[in-house]
Amino acid sequence: MDLQTLTYITIGLSFVLYIGIAFWSRATSTGDFYVAGKHVNPIANGMATAADWMSAASFISMAGLISFLGYEGGMYLMGWTGGYVLLAMLLAPYLRKFGKFTVPEFIGDRYYSQLARVVAVICLIFISFTYVAGQMRGVGIVFSRFLEVPVETGLFVGMGIVFIYAVLGGMKGITYTQVAQYCVLIFAYTVPAVFIAIQATDNPLPQLALGSQLSDGSGFLLDKLDKTLVDLGFGDYTSPFNDKSMIDVCAITLALMVGTAGLPHVIVRFFTVPKVRDARISAGWALLFITLLYTTAPAVGALSRMNLITTVNGTDGSGTTYAETPGWFKTWENSGLLAWFDHNGDGKVQYAAGNAFDGNGKPVFNGELRGPNGERATSNPGEGERVGNAPFANEIYVDRDIMVLANPEIAGLPNWVIALIAAGGIAAALSTAAGLLLVISSSVSHDLLKGTFAKNISDRTELMAGRVAAGVAITIAGYLGLHPPAFVAQVVAFAFGLAASSLFPVILMGIFNKRMNKWGAISGMLTGLTFTLGYIIYFKGVFIEPFAANIPENWILGISPEGAGVIGMVLNFAVATIVARNTAPPPLHIQKMVDDIRVPN
Amino acid sequence: MDTSKEAYWRANIRLVSGCLIVWFSVSFGCGILLVDFFNHFQIGGYKLGFWFAQQGSIFTFLILIFFYAFRMNTLDRKYGVRED
Repeated sequence: MDLQTLTYITIGLSFVLYIGIAFWSRATSTGDFYVAGKHVNPIANGMATAADWMSAASFISMAGLISFLGYEGGMYLMGWTGGYVLLAMLLAPYLRKFGKFTVPEFIGDRYYSQLARVVAVICLIFISFTYVAGQMRGVGIVFSRFLEVPVETGLFVGMGIVFIYAVLGGMKGITYTQVAQYCVLIFAYTVPAVFIAIQATDNPLPQLALGSQLSDGSGFLLDKLDKTLVDLGFGDYTSPFNDKSMIDVCAITLALMVGTAGLPHVIVRFFTVPKVRDARISAGWALLFITLLYTTAPAVGALSRMNLITTVNGTDGSGTTYAETPGWFKTWENSGLLAWFDHNGDGKVQYAAGNAFDGNGKPVFNGELRGPNGERATSNPGEGERVGNAPFANEIYVDRDIMVLANPEIAGLPNWVIALIAAGGIAAALSTAAGLLLVISSSVSHDLLKGTFAKNISDRTELMAGRVAAGVAITIAGYLGLHPPAFVAQVVAFAFGLAASSLFPVILMGIFNKRMNKWGAISGMLTGLTFTLGYIIYFKGVFIEPFAANIPENWILGISPEGAGVIGMVLNFAVATIVARNTAPPPLHIQKMVDDIRVPN
Repeated sequence: MDTSKEAYWRANIRLVSGCLIVWFSVSFGCGILLVDFFNHFQIGGYKLGFWFAQQGSIFTFLILIFFYAFRMNTLDRKYGVRED
């Protein structure tokens, strides 16, 4: 069976599974729709949280990111897992005890203020839409790369599937489809990783293979990778702070941790378990399921970088003629993720440090025109200068996403493994999109309508409003995926920065600081929000021209916009504390409520 | 808040503080601030600092959450605040 058919079958079967589950777990009340009736088993919730959390970016892009960053890739690995420690110990059990439906609802009740609730809704909607646009795009991209259909077609199919189970099943449907999606995505991720680990090191566990000897007897994988990269003019793989300063690595790691703990679609998953103690252990299960992928990713990153170098430069390190490059090289060249320009005119493809192409380093193709060796012709080759001690100039452009998507082909794995990767990437994107769409729709129907503007609506009407809001949100998300605003790539930093600087601090203080009052919380949230938004826009533009060059000399304390959430968070805490000290303490019934959420029974 | 609940809350804060000290030490300590020092040591093919940044801290986080959850269950019973 050819790859195309196999991929259609695998993806088709996974869709049938998701829709079947959605039909079986339809929502019949607002409780079902918002929090799955609070009946979800903690282990199942752990799996659902893992799928909810691990997005198209985690699945497709993270290993590639690590493979090009080396040591600094650790800030994503630690940042996106360390947040679960904060979530488990500082937020989840208490919010579960509070026992209502949404994150803004907690903020509104705790700070006895509709204004605080509406500000929280605005933060939530902004964070979630930023995130969801990327997921819908991810579905489209997986479709277009594996099935050679236009991105739009893939996107519409993805929207349709999410529509069916999010609108029909609400949180209940989403939870159980996420469990299935986790199984699909983790299987799809680990199977090829185990294969390439065995090929390179004879050790089937990727976590151990990364620290093992290569099976060809050339020493430890990481030592070989360090040496190979240095010989080609790159910084070495395992040494710290080649690309970023220590303070910036700290700030970004912390911003990602705190941001993760403050993301509404993750927090709300812990509202669905039956008991407070289930919320605690469920965070552990979630991290266990996430760890399976997150500790595999660094091995995939290092092994695929090594594979890429040996495949392109050949065993003697002098390069490979274009005709002799493997099939995947040409496939991915056709999809525009790879490009080659023969700078030294020797007819051989060579990979080293430096950009092969001008501008931002990405190739501009001359339509379908072919160059002298049969490669796709490009119109912006660079100067072709050697970097450091490299024996030749870099001649290729490699999109980082290839590291996961082409991994099975690079390693020569069977077609069904490649088909699996496609289904896994779609599962990762759909599960995250559904979780995000649900928090958007519940904050509209529950916080804005029922909670603020139309308090008298019945449970039935509210459920209907929730479904309509989910439908509208999917349409907007699809539109954003179809016409990604130029700033989408830049605003991902927003999502974490905003969650870290606005939502996380107010929720934390709401639980741990009884004296924190409405004025403190509102001023803190607004300060954190304004500062972080301002800092990112100041250096990155977004809508407008940047005010200053995005370079370390201009940053406050050497912290890049990606880590700005940390400064925003500190300002939030400081302003909130000062304002709260100088205004009236919260009313007695609020202090009682805080006492109450601090104990499980 | 009565005294037993206050004692429960203090015990909880102690436990969480301890866990967060470990959380900070492995990730920011071993993985970032002292990474150069730990890189002098080697386990298998891993430099130790690099291992903490890409593997070790994640495993520690995992153990921490399960440890916390089990300890909290004990505290819940000890102070009579267990649900159901």
